[in-house]
Order: sequence, then C-alpha cells, then structure tokens
Amino acid sequence: MNGEQPTRRDFLYIATGAMGAVGAAAAAWPLIHQMNPDASVQALASTEVDLSPIKEGQIITVKWRGKPVFIAHRTKQEIEEARKTQLRELPDPVADDARVKKGKEQWLVLVGVCTHLGCVPLGHQGDYKGFFCPCHGSHYDTSGRIRKGPAPTNLEVPPYEFASDTMVRIG
Amino acid sequence: MSGSSNFKPKSAILQWTERRLPILGLMHSSFVAYPTPRNLNYWWTFGGILSFCLGVQIITGIVLAMHYTPTVAGAFDSVEHIMRDVNYGWLIRYVHANGASMFFIAVYIHIFRGLYYGSYKEPREILWILGVIIFLLMMATAFMGYVLPWGQMSFWGATVITNLFSAIPGIGPKVVEFLWGGYSVDQPTLQRFFSLHYLLPFMIAGVVVLHIWALHEVGQNNPAGIDVKSDKDTVPFTPYATAKDNFAMICFMIFFAWFVFYIPNYLGHADNYIPANPLQTPTHIVPEWYFLPFYAILRAIPSKLGGVIAMFGSIALLAFLPWLDRAKTRSAKYRPLFKQFFWVFVLCCIGLGWLGAKPAEGGYVIASRILTAYYFIHFLVILPLLSYYEKPSPLPASIADSVLGKQPAKA
Repeated sequence: MNGEQPTRRDFLYIATGAMGAVGAAAAAWPLIHQMNPDASVQALASTEVDLSPIKEGQIITVKWRGKPVFIAHRTKQEIEEARKTQLRELPDPVADDARVKKGKEQWLVLVGVCTHLGCVPLGHQGDYKGFFCPCHGSHYDTSGRIRKGPAPTNLEVPPYEFASDTMVRIG
Repeated sequence: MSGSSNFKPKSAILQWTERRLPILGLMHSSFVAYPTPRNLNYWWTFGGILSFCLGVQIITGIVLAMHYTPTVAGAFDSVEHIMRDVNYGWLIRYVHANGASMFFIAVYIHIFRGLYYGSYKEPREILWILGVIIFLLMMATAFMGYVLPWGQMSFWGATVITNLFSAIPGIGPKVVEFLWGGYSVDQPTLQRFFSLHYLLPFMIAGVVVLHIWALHEVGQNNPAGIDVKSDKDTVPFTPYATAKDNFAMICFMIFFAWFVFYIPNYLGHADNYIPANPLQTPTHIVPEWYFLPFYAILRAIPSKLGGVIAMFGSIALLAFLPWLDRAKTRSAKYRPLFKQFFWVFVLCCIGLGWLGAKPAEGGYVIASRILTAYYFIHFLVILPLLSYYEKPSPLPASIADSVLGKQPAKA
C-alpha cells in the first residue's frame, strides 16, 4: 500500500477472503471427520473372558476392539521378579502393583500391541522372560514393562474389572 | 513449452481444429521439434521408461479393480480369484505387482542419474523438487497397494507404517486412529486405502505433467552438464530421442517380462500368501525391497520419534539438495572428488537396503547406524564442503565440442 492509509475497499477484500476461508474450512470438516472411527466401531466396547481354564504360567490372547489383549496367569516367580525390579532400572517407571488389581496379582491384562510400531509381542520370550517383539527387538518384563529396545512405553493396561473371581470384563 | 511452434497440419480439417485448439502444435513442439542435447546417453531414457511404467500400472490397476473386493472378508479370496478364475487374471496381476518394482528400479536409476550429472542445480530446482514429490506419491501409492491383497505382510506392513505417525508428540495416537478409522487396522482402513490407491496414480500423472512442463521450460541437462549454446549442440527430439527412448524401453520390457513370466514372486514375500491375522505378527516383517534403505534408517535410531524423523528426513533432504550442493559445475564428469563421493554414497544406499532386510540385532544395528550417519553426512557435510574446496576440471567449450572430442583449452 506504499504507506497509504488502508481504505474501506481493503477492509472488504480482507473480510470477504476471511469469510471464504471459514466457509471452505466448514465445508472441508465433514469430509475430514468421516475418516475418524465411526459409531459402529466405537460401539464394540467390551469383551468378557472366563479365566477358569487359564493355567498358571499360561498366556491367552483375546480380541478387544480389533486388537489382541493378553491375559497372563503369572507364576509366583514371575510376580516376584516383577516386584523386586527397582523403578530406576525402568525407562517408563511404574510399579508392578499399579499394573494389576489388588489381591489378583497373578492376573496380568495387557493390550498385546508393542508400543513401538504396533506388532504383537511373543509371550515368555526376550531377555526378561516377559514379552519380546520380533519386529524391532523390544524386550518387556513379566509386568509388561519396557526394558530394552526401541519401544518408548510399557505395554498398555486396558480398562478392565473382575465381574466375578473367574470372569473379567475388558473395556 | 519451448521448441519451434510453426507447425501447420496438412489436412484442412486439422487446420480448422488447430486454429481452435492448438493441441497438435503443442505435441509437435514438445515431442517432435523439441531440441534435445546431442550428447544424451542411455541414462536419459528413464524418463520415458517411467511414463511407460505409470501407464502400465494405471491400465492393469483399473482392470484389477473390476475383480477385486475391498473387504476384510473378501480381499484375500478375490485376489486368489483373480489368479485362478479371471481370464488372464494371473498375467494382469503379476504385471501390476512386478510393475511396481520395475517402476521403482527405473525411478532409482533416474534419481541417481540426476545426482551424478547435477540435474538438480540451477535452473532446474523446481523440476527436481517436483520429482521428489512424485517419488513421495509413488511411495504412498505402492504402500497402500501392497495392503490390498490383505495377506500377513499387507496387514503388518500397514500396522507398522501407520504406527509411525503415533510418534508425533501429543496428537500421535489420535492421528493414527484417524488414519485407521478405528482402533486397529481393519475394514475402514482397507477400504480407504483402496480408494486412495486408485486416486494417487492420477495425482502422480498430474505432477508428471508439471515435471515435464518445467523440464521443457529450462531444457534438459546433459552428461557434460553445460548449457546448450547453439543449434550445433542439439538434435530434434524426433527421430533421435524417440528412437533411443524406444530402444531402451524395449530392453526394459524384456527385463520386466523376465520377472513377470519366470520369477513373478521373486520380489515378493511368501508370508503374503497367508491371510491377514490381526492376532499374530510374522516373525520377520520386512517391507518391499524399494523401502528397505529407509526402513534401515528407521531402525538404526534407538528412539521411536528419532527414527521416524530420520526416516522422513532422509527423503525430505533431497528437496533441499540444490541449496546443499552449491558447486557451479553440474556434471560429476568434471568433478573429480564429487565423483568418488557419489559412488561411496551409492554403496551406502545399497548397504542400507541390504541391512533393512536383516534382523535388527547385533552387528547389523551397528552397521545400520554407521551407514545412516554417512547418509546424512554426505548431504549435510560433504556436499557443502565440496562446493567450496573442490577444484573442478576444465569444461569443454560446448556440447558439440565434448561430443567431437575436442580437448578443453588448458587454463
């Protein structure tokens, strides 16, 4: 504008352009938002699992929201190892107590998705005898906590509750 | 587009058309009269070969889409149906699947040709950046296409690659759910990948038009890397470049056909003939060969976000190349030091590709780290330093002189 005062016309140009931009964004939003998880996907909320057939030392895999969930019936030794680990040894420090329900320490429930890039780790494997992800070599311990490798965080604990002593509801 | 445009069709009907839509004149000036440097070698035939590859992928792809079913329950079976029941389905699918590999072989040769002869330098920066954009679109298209057969590698490749975005701090997990349309790779993911896999090749075609437009505006680079100075330096596109391009294309088709008819699954993975299972990851998941160098870079960095940044950075860096290598001399032919570093860089990329296919453990990880570091050092340290310290050899006075073997005057 070469130092001249803005005119009413300049104001109109800017106001029209701004309205156009808002309109375009409003029109684009439904086209973008349709890609987010839809109502039917969100409705697949919870899964119930009977724990009675799971023997001590066994890990089973169930499907919840399209993802694998591990339910591990831990041995005394596994619980002991998870508990005696010092928090300062952990890249993502969380105590074992905080990852299981009180009085049900033998049951470890985890989303079976490696926090690195989403592969399914293998049970009872790796340097810490917990879980090992074959894709990029992340090692988890018997509490599903990351110990070694590229994964940044511990295996996620999904929301779950015990419906009875032998029945768990995930989600 | 430049070139002489005094084209006049012989027939009266075409003259009538030409006055209203000068499309024949455009074709004539772009692909017949267009002056090409007379010293172009066979490395310059890959532009034409790449256009051929894009055409093959679009035609075979449209036909495959007539028989393919983009559902979790039906995708794998529909691919087997194409292979066993559809007339010539096996041929069309093998051409399409191997065509992707051929496309990448050609594009890598095309890119390294540009790197060797300095085709990214002034005034071809925009031309080069458009090429980098085409390369990115090709990678996205190939990745989504590989997911469609819904085998084990399809599923887990899709899982790992979409999870790269979960490394974005804060919004990462939301971005990944947005890409999936759910909480894992599932029906919505497959269906949108099919839609986008169909769309992207046409976007590539659009950017290719811009790429050729920019090429014809600034003119082709050439093995001597010097500008065209007179008519003596050029020959008309037709018949010279057309004949050379066609001969190279036929050789390329023989190579292509050898894969399609004799070793159609050589470049694939046996695991992809197992239907996708969301509860079990294959023991060795490896991307297609053309992604291996970038996959090695991803795995070399011992941090999730760092690895993702390094991988995308290794590609993004190419777009900045015209400003990292400031040397005035274009062609490696006249850059004695650059030429050596170029070949070291080629070996570095091949080494990364080899490491990308190996398990991420022990010595492989250390080697990947060394080569990843070298990859970045090549662009960020070696090229800028060479621009200042390298003494180029004397250039020929003109393209014609370089062809006729006249020695440059000793300075």
